[in-house]
Amino acid sequence: MKKLSLFLVVALMVLTFGTTSFAADEVKIGVILPMTGPVAAFGQMTWEGIELANELRPQVLGKPVKLILLDDKSDKVEAANTASRLIEKEHVVAGIGAVASSNTLSAAPIFEKAKVPLITPASTNPLVTQGKKFIFRACFIDPFQGKVAAKFAYNNLKARKAAILVDIAQDYCVGLANFFEKNFKALGGEIVSKTFCKTGDQDFSAQLTTIKAKNPDVIYIPNYYTEDALIAKQAREMGINAPLLSGDGAQAPQLIEIGGKAVEGMYYTTHFNEKAASTELGKKYVEIYHKKFNKSPNALGALGFDAYYILLDAIERAGSLDPVKIRDGIAATKDFKGVTGVITIDENGNAIKSAVIETVKNGKFEFVTVVNP
Amino acid sequence: MSWESFFQNLSNGISLGGLYALIAIGYSMVYGILRLINFAHGDIFMLGAYIAFYGMLIFSLPWWLSLIVSIILTAFIGILIDKGAYKPLRNAPRISALITAIGVSFFLENLGLVVFGGRPKGFYRPHIFDEIITIKGVRILSLTFYSLVITAIFLVLLFYIVYRTKTGLGMRAVSTDMETARLMGIDVDKIISITFAIGSGLAAVGGVLWAMKYPQINPLMGIFPGLKAFIAAVLGGIGSVGGALLGGFILGIAEIMLVAFMPQLSGYRDAFAFLILILILLVKPTGLLGVEVKEKA
Repeated sequence: MKKLSLFLVVALMVLTFGTTSFAADEVKIGVILPMTGPVAAFGQMTWEGIELANELRPQVLGKPVKLILLDDKSDKVEAANTASRLIEKEHVVAGIGAVASSNTLSAAPIFEKAKVPLITPASTNPLVTQGKKFIFRACFIDPFQGKVAAKFAYNNLKARKAAILVDIAQDYCVGLANFFEKNFKALGGEIVSKTFCKTGDQDFSAQLTTIKAKNPDVIYIPNYYTEDALIAKQAREMGINAPLLSGDGAQAPQLIEIGGKAVEGMYYTTHFNEKAASTELGKKYVEIYHKKFNKSPNALGALGFDAYYILLDAIERAGSLDPVKIRDGIAATKDFKGVTGVITIDENGNAIKSAVIETVKNGKFEFVTVVNP
Repeated sequence: MSWESFFQNLSNGISLGGLYALIAIGYSMVYGILRLINFAHGDIFMLGAYIAFYGMLIFSLPWWLSLIVSIILTAFIGILIDKGAYKPLRNAPRISALITAIGVSFFLENLGLVVFGGRPKGFYRPHIFDEIITIKGVRILSLTFYSLVITAIFLVLLFYIVYRTKTGLGMRAVSTDMETARLMGIDVDKIISITFAIGSGLAAVGGVLWAMKYPQINPLMGIFPGLKAFIAAVLGGIGSVGGALLGGFILGIAEIMLVAFMPQLSGYRDAFAFLILILILLVKPTGLLGVEVKEKA
């Protein structure tokens, strides 16, 4: 036993020294994801995408990329700890992560202070990148989702009069509603009614009666799936036939389970659909994802893949492993043809790219169209 | 607002108010007898909906049979809750029983989360309830009519029991003076059990009708309807069945009309309901139809 542990120690030392001696020839990229805890499923989906990206493009500037994956356990404190460890101990040149906005918000100041760039695949809260130089994201932000919905309503549904019924207990929903309103008006449309509800409400009949009297062309309901399903049900009972439009919070099987026939034909905005993959990289991703995991690719994996590619692209263009130069490279990302669309990073570090519209058809989520920014 | 919209709102208000009334009656009955506000009532309502849900899903019972099974089982659970949680505290200060009621409420909610899971489930609405009746442009779900009819049937039944049977006589006696009633040879424990059974059974009816109207059930679904029904019971005069009925309809219609006439205030709907509670407690604490009860020493 003693001999074995001694052997292990030696082996470990050799390994450690071995890796350090190679370190200069490696590009270390830190990855913070929730691999355990409440949002573990999101972390695992994202990691699939990042791994796949790493397999497809294992090198940058002629050096192998080494991914260092740390688990934030879906927890804010852990997210900050992993960030410190990546920067102080592992000396990564850049980071990818986290998933939940609040966790990314807790890791971000540590990257910002160390002047190491961090790119989050999926955190949509506007605060994540706001006022920070080194924090970026591969996904769109909630205000953009509202804008896309407005464009889709105006251009595709040919709606000129819109009604909004929004859950005022959720920042996410309020943000979407406000940006929808602003953009729909800017396009020349009119908001004929804006009413409110609260998470957990079950009766929407009064709001819907008000909406019905205004006869809108579309009803924007950027809420979570339970409220949306009940709203849809009651709207149809009341004889309101205007199309319903929501955000990515509606995308859950329960929407169809509760809403049944009433949610047929309801639209919502989201990040990625395999049928929307228009770029070469996107098509390739769908193909190898199917081959490797034997299932349909999801939005989070695609976003993880894009985060990795945007980062490597930036390193390539920077021609250096200096984190500050990589940061400038990411900030200069323009018309990058990723899996989830053509991506440009704006001055606030947010990805400007197209969004996908899906609908419910025959009790299933179906792809409708892509709306460009 | 057009007349059409007004009547649509009125019918929505009556439909919501009817459900509040049904739940409020259970509150009022238990209070009338025990002077206990059974805060677990909303959660018994939730159990009623879940029992019917599983009755239809697992045992493929027709809806009316599920409803009956749900009433019986929920009534039984009501008795169990009384025996387990409230009876040991019958002679304790009233505040202890009230706190226990809140405890039972949390217990049932969390038990529901463990047993049924937190994910909301879709509730099946039978076809006869799913039709839309249009009267001069006002669209009413057939369920609304049926639930008013069902409520009326159970009310007649309830009034019959309370005013025409010996058990009802016992209930009225216990509500007036428990000690004297006991001295008169009334089996007070039995009467209380029956009261809980009836109150819980009515909660089950309310739960099933609610779940058919808003076809989504989750373990926390009873909290808000329970609180609203409590407000309705206080508004009408807690302890009075007729008052609960009146309070339920007033609250339902008032809530809908608030949103209808002031859409910008629609987010404050629940706050408005509680405002009514505060006002009634300040102005007329006995409620609209309540009678003042002298505190027993």
